[in-house]
Amino acid sequence: MIESPTITPPQAAVPRGRALRQGLLANPLLTVGGALVLLIVLVAIFAPLIAPFPGDAGTATHPFQVLKPPSAQHLFGTDQVGRDIFSRVLYGARVSPVIAVIVLAIACAIGIPLGMAAGFLGGWVDELIMRVTDIFLAFPPLLLALALAAVLPASLTSVTIAIAAVWWPWYARLVRGQAASVAGRPYVEACRALGVSRLRIIFRHILPNSATPLLVQISLDVGGVILTASALSFLGLGAQDPVPDWGLMVAEGQSYFTPDWWLVTYPGLAILLTAFAFNLLGDGLRDLFDPKRSFLP
Amino acid sequence: MLVFVARRIALAVVVVVGVIVVTFAVAHLVPGDPAATWAGPHASAAQIARARRFLGLDRPLVVQLFSYLAGISRGNWGVSIHTHRPVLSDLLTAAPASLELVISALLLAVVTGIPLGLISARRPGRPADQLIRAGSILGVSMPIFWMALILQLIFSQRLKLLPAAGEYSPGLLFSHPLVKRTGFPVLDSVLGGNWAMLGSTLDHLILPAVVVAAYPAGLIARMVRAQVLDTIGDTHILNARALGFGERQIFAGFAMKLAWTPVSAALALVFGYSLVNTFLVESIFDWPGLGSYAAVSIATLDTPAILGVTLFVAAAYVTANLVVDLVQAAIDPRIRLR
Amino acid sequence: MTGPEPAVQAAERTGRLAIADLTVSFGSGRVVSIAELGLGHAEILGLAGESGSGKSMTTLAILGLAHTVGATVAGSITLDGQELTVLSAEDLRRIRGRRIAAIFQSPSTAFSPVYRVGAVMTKALRLHGAARSEAADRAAQAMRQVLLSPDLMRRYPSQLSGGQLQRVAIALAVALRAEVLLADEPTSALDVTVQAEVLDLLRELRETSGMSILFISHDLAVVAELCDRVAVMRHGLIVEQGPAGQVLSAPASPYTAELLDAVPKLAGRP
Repeated sequence: MIESPTITPPQAAVPRGRALRQGLLANPLLTVGGALVLLIVLVAIFAPLIAPFPGDAGTATHPFQVLKPPSAQHLFGTDQVGRDIFSRVLYGARVSPVIAVIVLAIACAIGIPLGMAAGFLGGWVDELIMRVTDIFLAFPPLLLALALAAVLPASLTSVTIAIAAVWWPWYARLVRGQAASVAGRPYVEACRALGVSRLRIIFRHILPNSATPLLVQISLDVGGVILTASALSFLGLGAQDPVPDWGLMVAEGQSYFTPDWWLVTYPGLAILLTAFAFNLLGDGLRDLFDPKRSFLP
Repeated sequence: MLVFVARRIALAVVVVVGVIVVTFAVAHLVPGDPAATWAGPHASAAQIARARRFLGLDRPLVVQLFSYLAGISRGNWGVSIHTHRPVLSDLLTAAPASLELVISALLLAVVTGIPLGLISARRPGRPADQLIRAGSILGVSMPIFWMALILQLIFSQRLKLLPAAGEYSPGLLFSHPLVKRTGFPVLDSVLGGNWAMLGSTLDHLILPAVVVAAYPAGLIARMVRAQVLDTIGDTHILNARALGFGERQIFAGFAMKLAWTPVSAALALVFGYSLVNTFLVESIFDWPGLGSYAAVSIATLDTPAILGVTLFVAAAYVTANLVVDLVQAAIDPRIRLR
Repeated sequence: MTGPEPAVQAAERTGRLAIADLTVSFGSGRVVSIAELGLGHAEILGLAGESGSGKSMTTLAILGLAHTVGATVAGSITLDGQELTVLSAEDLRRIRGRRIAAIFQSPSTAFSPVYRVGAVMTKALRLHGAARSEAADRAAQAMRQVLLSPDLMRRYPSQLSGGQLQRVAIALAVALRAEVLLADEPTSALDVTVQAEVLDLLRELRETSGMSILFISHDLAVVAELCDRVAVMRHGLIVEQGPAGQVLSAPASPYTAELLDAVPKLAGRP
């Protein structure tokens, strides 16, 4: 390539104002993903208003409307106890994404401080934390979450704890990498020489630099957590009836699947769409913040 | 090179020990008193205490851990509460079916993912690229248990094109008996020259393999695209073009060769991921592998079995990573010359 | 001669590379606009100028690779009378490497890190029609010509020094028996002593194989040492061209004079 010496910035500057708007327009993934995510969030918030049968998300049963195919009254049909599947799917938007948020919040709460400590302090602290994360990362995510969820009483709480316990190592690793690279920079050494406290360095230099990769990772992970959580519920380890969890709905509908396809199809489609939306968003954010990547050749 | 290999193997062993410790820890999270469960609901306090001594539960946790470690290395992985057989032998019986499924799925994923990624990278931003990107993201967003059910519905029930369940048609066993040599039905059919059975096993393999391949294919396509686009602006690519190499050779040859390192790392990752994914689809397809075993163990709360499966899969994952690391070092000089 | 010598005439006189009315643009922005430039047989032409003057884009345009960075090319580039700009991609590929070779600034990134340098050499030779054994022989012979042991062909780029890698790149051009070598800042990333070796090598190439060399550099001192003729580029335009001695001692363009002033001089030496 035409070699002209350039100084690449340590981290892509977060584009603001017009640059941000242009970035959004040029980035169809981000816009579509963002729009879909917004839609899902709105559905979750306004579910009680949109759902035609809000009671069906709870303990209501309608023995005379059992297993009815999709119709004008029941857009997605009814399930084995007569509940409106459309309403339950809408209410399901309050379950999965919320679990994902909580899981990732916990993962960050544990992972970020540990990662900071490891990257910034180095030495045996770093070694110890890295070996521990190595061991946790040796388990495929669903596996350890499964083992944990299997030994804990089946509930959404157990699932949340199980997945969070599995997810924090990624964030520890991510932050540790950022912290280690920033800690090695000359200006940080200068700060230390001047007597700036470690805490201040962490908050003023390391955190801002880690913000964008963290944000990208989080939005990419939401999809993964939702898939893992619904898988655990599908296996019976998570949400229990009557919670309108999408994974649980697929599991419950499995026995009726062959003639009554709608019990499984719509909740599963909801999982797919939600994971898809968050993955699009995450991908779009990554494209936006990473200076090297572009659409143009 | 030898130092590298030795170091990697040592690291893998350390990690496996760590995995065992974590599994042990999880086992002891089981609420309730195992001794009381074992002794039965009407046992007296004295019987429970005796049970505890018998089960070795009165020893300090550290001792129990070492005894567990020793047991694992000797092949004693506990006894399944459900099947009453040693967990390890249960696992070894179930493993081949899952491995066959996962390996087929990964082959499928590589064969579709890499070309799609290359096509995507050659004309970034164009319709083909957008379509492939959307498809890849769809692949990694797919709830696998749902995809299994839907494909089963469409291709087995409605279109009647493919079989719904099992590794092969059980009826064939009478006319064309299958001799078990390796435990992998496809391999055994080939080795025995049993062509009718081979057709049946391949037929039955299609749906499950496609379902399990969705995630890896999407991941590989995205990764190849990203890696190739990353390196396509590099000087050595310009040099290659200046030497007269055509675009196809540039992408499929020079750029792809560089991409193999991260792609093979991704392969190890998806191997572990897919092995666990089989837990979700095997019961749907009646596939007698680790997944079915795990599903049954979960349903019957068979703790030793659940832990045995966890350990087994984690160990397989660590091994896969080790193998990939070693292969990478053999292919990519940058790794072993570091 | 004070004005630029018409490239077409120059080519007719000595035959090789001739550029006429060449423009390279990114969209509406023009980065190169050369009225005429000629490279004769066994001639070393220096293309001097600061970073960003369009020198590298000219190289890409000659190779027919400007489109890979999104630029469009218009005008005429002829090699031994054959017009390159109208050739098909297939025909251009046959010319690249085989008749027009190129070496670039950063030798350490010139070769793919995952191939042994010898492998790249033999691949390139076989691409242009050599049989397998012939390719290995020609490559080894070329290595000797650039004063490198053929054993080094088994090494990876990370195991060779910058100077060695640049010589391997030159060996590749020699092995392919290229007629024209485009050298884009080949010595800028090298130590001064290594630089001298590479320059000697280029001179020798011209002597023994009659190779024409387009030597691009921002370093006028090096250009003065090596080149027969010099063209000075600024903002994509050729502001001056002519015999090296003349241009560099009595520049017609004030820009050339500026560049010359900027060259650090040892006391007493021009």
